[in-house]
Amino acid sequence: MPPRLNIIVPVKRVIDYAIKPRVNSAKNIVETNGVKFSLNPFCEIAVEEAIRLRESKKDLVESITLVSAGSAKAQDALRSGLAMGADKATLIECPGIDDAKSLSLEPLAVAKLLKAYIDKEGANLVILGKQAIDDDSNQTGQMLAGLLNWPQATNASNVAVDDDGIVSVTREVDGGSETLSAPLPIVITTDLRLNVPRYTKLQDIMKAKKKKTDKLTPSDLGVDIAPRLEVVSLSDPPKRLGGSKVDSVDSLISKLKDVGAI
Amino acid sequence: MAASNQLRYKVIRQYKQLLYMGREYPRGYQFFRDRLHSGFMNNANITDDKQIEQKLRFAEFLEKEIEALYHLRKYRAMKRQYYD
Repeated sequence: MPPRLNIIVPVKRVIDYAIKPRVNSAKNIVETNGVKFSLNPFCEIAVEEAIRLRESKKDLVESITLVSAGSAKAQDALRSGLAMGADKATLIECPGIDDAKSLSLEPLAVAKLLKAYIDKEGANLVILGKQAIDDDSNQTGQMLAGLLNWPQATNASNVAVDDDGIVSVTREVDGGSETLSAPLPIVITTDLRLNVPRYTKLQDIMKAKKKKTDKLTPSDLGVDIAPRLEVVSLSDPPKRLGGSKVDSVDSLISKLKDVGAI
Repeated sequence: MAASNQLRYKVIRQYKQLLYMGREYPRGYQFFRDRLHSGFMNNANITDDKQIEQKLRFAEFLEKEIEALYHLRKYRAMKRQYYD
């Protein structure tokens, strides 16, 4: 019998994928007033994978716990994960972090929080999204694996756990696929094509409201979350200039010569 | 009567589920709600159980279609941003 899995899925609440982020007029933060937030799509895939592991084999998974760090509003992300089918959730409420300042909670701080949490609560599998779509750091999973001194399998496109507790993870790499295997415990980060997250039904959301959510603060875990980076400036990406049609070969050539292409 | 009460409950539940999904609809909630409402109202006078069940199956089919639409929309947005 393999050891039963206690899965921790860290999740993040981010600006919804369908929204085009805008920089505020003072050029120091991304506008968050009146902007829709939702669960990070890669985190959704991670939650789905944890649930699929549970459904794949009876008695394989003991518990699925969600963890989110951030403002009190990160509760929304936890609730949508609970509605998908996770058992319980923990919110690490960080003072001084709100929507506008969510990027000042850096990957290293999050990884330290998660490590302290895992040391305290125990777990043998961590599945997390490879990156959040707001800061695109793609660092938390790797840093967490480093801090825990666990093996890591990043950008997973397939995950399997065999009877001896050996985890095999397939990843898409340039020119093919690569399979890593390692014994538990392990940190896995998810790629886009790992699975198709389920759409939660209205009833599941109602039921999720009854599930338990614990609250912690960084000081409970003894972690300093002070940012180490300073945002120097923020700017919108350059506007795309429209193209134009040329009417003849000669004008095409002269235009190419103008820009120095030939 | 018991059977039709159960059906009535099912229809209301399906309606609420679709309404809930409409909040994310690309052309706006109002657009979706209006159409959904008139769609259900058109069939409000059906009393035959078999016919109601058939309409319910159609509603479930619609639910799956919208789900697929949302998933594809998200997947494509992610793919465009990070993989192309």
